[in-house]
Amino acid sequence: MQKNSLFLKGLKDGIPIALGYLSVSFGFGILAAAGGLSALTATVISLVNVTSAGQLAGLNIIIAAGPLIEMILSEFIINIRYALMSITLTQKLDDTFTTPRRMLCAFSMTDEIFAVASAQKGRITAKYFYGLMLLPILGWVLGTFLGATAGNILPESLKNAMGLMLYAMFIAIVLPPATKSRAVAICVSLCALLSIALRFIPLFSFISPGFSVIICAVIASVFTAWRFPIQTDKEEAHNV
Amino acid sequence: MSDAKCYLYILVMALVTYLIRAIPFVLFRKQIKSRFIKSLLYYLPYAVLTAMTIPDIFTSTGSTLTAAVGCLAAVVFALLGKSLLTVAVAACMAAFLTDLAMKLL
Repeated sequence: MQKNSLFLKGLKDGIPIALGYLSVSFGFGILAAAGGLSALTATVISLVNVTSAGQLAGLNIIIAAGPLIEMILSEFIINIRYALMSITLTQKLDDTFTTPRRMLCAFSMTDEIFAVASAQKGRITAKYFYGLMLLPILGWVLGTFLGATAGNILPESLKNAMGLMLYAMFIAIVLPPATKSRAVAICVSLCALLSIALRFIPLFSFISPGFSVIICAVIASVFTAWRFPIQTDKEEAHNV
Repeated sequence: MSDAKCYLYILVMALVTYLIRAIPFVLFRKQIKSRFIKSLLYYLPYAVLTAMTIPDIFTSTGSTLTAAVGCLAAVVFALLGKSLLTVAVAACMAAFLTDLAMKLL
């Protein structure tokens, strides 16, 4: 009962991610079809990768028939943030995460799944993670297929508005803790300022968006961790 | 690009992506003791999401105005403590309605 309810909680938490993915991967499907890939190939790409930025870069390399080494380097650089997320999340896994389960769950380590999982109170179980990853993967694959086969049915204005969903979800994850903790507020404000600076100051225009995320996030969180270290478990009781 | 070559590329792409995710996830077993590292890992997810959202959210709908209205709706609903799905749908609807209003005016 308890285990089933954890799986169900994961499923429920995965719904907004799945809906967001459905719309974003719809766009990926459209792009892949426009680039001359079959709907099957586009769907396979989404099924075996489950990542937005990396797939977009990979798609462009396939369309341009670029060298394989470019594929390896691009995917490595764009996706290196997942290594950071994986390390972070290992600190929250409970004993149900055996090695095979870790190998399975690692497959679905995306920004959004990571964000939702790491925002959970206490430890997370493998059952919860299974629930959490299921619908987003389905949404991602289904959206790609639909986009590649029937991309132009939706009205343009709705398709455009759907582009906001994932970002809105990020806001919903970040804002509540930022209003409760001054340190989190400082961290995200600093990060936002850095991100704007890197995007708009011409001097930094050589930095790709994927790198920019890594640079801004690392600087902002190193600074905040140095200035505002979190309370350890024992101290926490006195500092609520 | 031939089908075979295309699928070789997809295989390489998937392999690199998977290994980056799986190697740390499988091998990292210890609880981290360092207070600094713990703090860093606590703040990092919020920072990553912020860096991904700003400034990209303002170009996510193809119109800065509809994106800004959608973003504002997301902020308001997030501050009201609504669920992730509610916030996402509210932002999407706000941008959609703004676009509609712009066309009618």
